[in-house]
Amino acid sequence: MADILGAKVDEEGFLVELGDWSKEIAEQMAKDDDVSLSEEHWDVINFLREYFEEYQIAPAVRVLTKAIAKRMGKDKGNSKYLYSLFPYGPGKQGCRFAGLPKPTGCI
Amino acid sequence: MAIKKFMYLNRRSSFGTVYAIESLEVVLVAAAFDQDVSLAFIDDGVYQIIEGQNTNGIGMKNFSKTFHALGDYEINKLYVSAESLEERGLSADDLMPLVYEDEDDNWVEKSSVKVVSNAEISKIMSKQDVCFSF
Repeated sequence: MADILGAKVDEEGFLVELGDWSKEIAEQMAKDDDVSLSEEHWDVINFLREYFEEYQIAPAVRVLTKAIAKRMGKDKGNSKYLYSLFPYGPGKQGCRFAGLPKPTGCI
Repeated sequence: MAIKKFMYLNRRSSFGTVYAIESLEVVLVAAAFDQDVSLAFIDDGVYQIIEGQNTNGIGMKNFSKTFHALGDYEINKLYVSAESLEERGLSADDLMPLVYEDEDDNWVEKSSVKVVSNAEISKIMSKQDVCFSF
């Protein structure tokens, strides 16, 4: 099994043990995807981690978009903005960076 | 894709078997595909949405928290059997306050949970395209 900075990841690059997550791991995952994490990325990553803590699931993109619109305003709570930050999908790539499992219902 | 009416019948308590958590997973998948989803809690299934669950002692994920996310997934039809509650010495007050925001009513927060008789659940079931029993 592959690993990132010593933490095991599955075949799609998601952390196997959610507890292994660290900011350094997120930075490394981003680097491997040619993304450099800005404050805007961290807002979404932190939001995803809080969402998971509260609901024990990774939100579907539709739900994530709506929740971010509510929390941070409509200029950020739309797919165009979120895809500009996470080109492989705010759900899939964002959750991976945040150390969450793949969102339920995400193919 | 045509929208179908899906009902998920939850008949077992949360832990000890995988039925409850698997049902919830499938419910979220159906919601991701914009289907018309309703849930029924019957028999020991009513324990799934009891308020104040704590899984520390059994080392399992407390997925009861996930029920609070259902409103955001536009799943807001949760029917609970009145008879099943009563048989277990429970009432509506023992259930988690699960809510959704009504898009058509200025996003007012409304309860997703309805305690109904088994006869009513049967009636609702008969109107579904698909029923899954867990």
